[in-house]
Amino acid sequence: MTDPVLIVEGLRASYGKHEVLRGVNLRVGRGEKVVVMGPSGSGKSTLLKCIVRLVKPTAGRVVLDGDDVTGDHVDIRKVRAKTGFVFQQYNLFPHMTVLRNLTLPLEVVKKVPKKEAERRAMEILREFGLEEFAHRYPLQLSGGQQQRVAIARALLMDPVLLLLDEPTSALDPELRLEVLEMLIEVAKQGRSMLIVTHELDFAKAAADRIALMDGGVIIEEGEPGEILSNPKSERARKFLVEIEVGIKNLSASARSAST
Amino acid sequence: MSEALSFILSVIPDLARGLWTTLQISLSSFALGMALAVVLLPLRVFAPLPVSAIARGYVELFRGTPLLVQLLLIYFGLPSLGIKLDAYTACVLAIGLNSAAYQCEILRSAVKGIPEIQFLAAESLGFSTAQTYRYVVLPQALRVAVPALVNELVTLIKESSLASVLGVVELTRRGEYLVAYTFRALEVYTAVALIYLVVCSLASQAARHLEAKFRIPGYERVSA
Repeated sequence: MTDPVLIVEGLRASYGKHEVLRGVNLRVGRGEKVVVMGPSGSGKSTLLKCIVRLVKPTAGRVVLDGDDVTGDHVDIRKVRAKTGFVFQQYNLFPHMTVLRNLTLPLEVVKKVPKKEAERRAMEILREFGLEEFAHRYPLQLSGGQQQRVAIARALLMDPVLLLLDEPTSALDPELRLEVLEMLIEVAKQGRSMLIVTHELDFAKAAADRIALMDGGVIIEEGEPGEILSNPKSERARKFLVEIEVGIKNLSASARSAST
Repeated sequence: MSEALSFILSVIPDLARGLWTTLQISLSSFALGMALAVVLLPLRVFAPLPVSAIARGYVELFRGTPLLVQLLLIYFGLPSLGIKLDAYTACVLAIGLNSAAYQCEILRSAVKGIPEIQFLAAESLGFSTAQTYRYVVLPQALRVAVPALVNELVTLIKESSLASVLGVVELTRRGEYLVAYTFRALEVYTAVALIYLVVCSLASQAARHLEAKFRIPGYERVSA
């Protein structure tokens, strides 16, 4: 991999005495889409948060687009402005319209003039078929629509790396699809993405690589076809069976919800 | 009885002149309290230990001592330190400083209701702590806190009657004057109480409108 956008080396992090990351090594190349999977509590979310130092690592190194995030002299706000982060839910600020949610970070962080910020925001809303929501408030939208707006907001900052932390897992089964479709579309545009998800459909359709995490380390890593059909370790095999079963249950409940 | 009633009605215009001062004191001290609370809140919530402890100490001090004592301390105590204030200013200052502590706590509990992801989302976009406070935290906290803040204003309208102790001619003091030359304490103080009641009820009524006006759109759907 030449010129990776993200290098994570020996990353460790703890919450109090509980060590959540125990030496994670990971690289994401420019334009590469990497999916992180793993049982809950395996440290996936913490890994993403450490990359933009929303959680401070206890050891190891993170280099993002050439900036040593773990270094003492890094301007962390500058690093964060270079990434886009989408959380499970509550991404949008509920007291402002969708349009203002998009323009505010451009104006405040990137110092883009108001008119230009609005032009860019409307352009991206149109691109993803969200323009009808521009003047609505987040809580007036469905969970799926809110997540799509959150992804649009992250993209608007033109991030070198898009970080997504289980963007569909807080959604009802019937709402997941619209978010997944948008993510696959974004992936096709060639943006670097690191996404924590158990969506096998996304992994199969858009991921270049899957990293399986367990117990605070990456236990297996490889191309989706190779990892999903032929996992090497017993732990990986067991985990993949669990999410297959989970997805079947989800699809069943989606079917019963729609009938 | 009807004579008493017509006496009460007859003194109301005279008392209303005091009401204007009452409203001035309550609104000015509320505004002062709000301005201080907006500064105090981030120090209490976001600042590192020594600073947040000082902010907390402020809140404890003003909530843990009687307002009347604070008023007397500022009016009669400060001159010993070379700071001499007129009675009206001392009242606004004392009630404002006291209200800042209460308003800070009202806003702090509103901040607690904001999901933590909101802070992380703002930080992850590259907002500084000050920008997060200015654009994300404070506007939401203020909206959520509207009913409690109006309640605080109603409390101040009533507490401003303490200004009469320092000789400020507000509603209660004007009532005292009237009693002094009519000797009809029952009727005069009934009229005074009625005026406070009407004003406070109007303020509470306004609160409902303000609450509806500032409610985050869509919030009723989520909370339903």
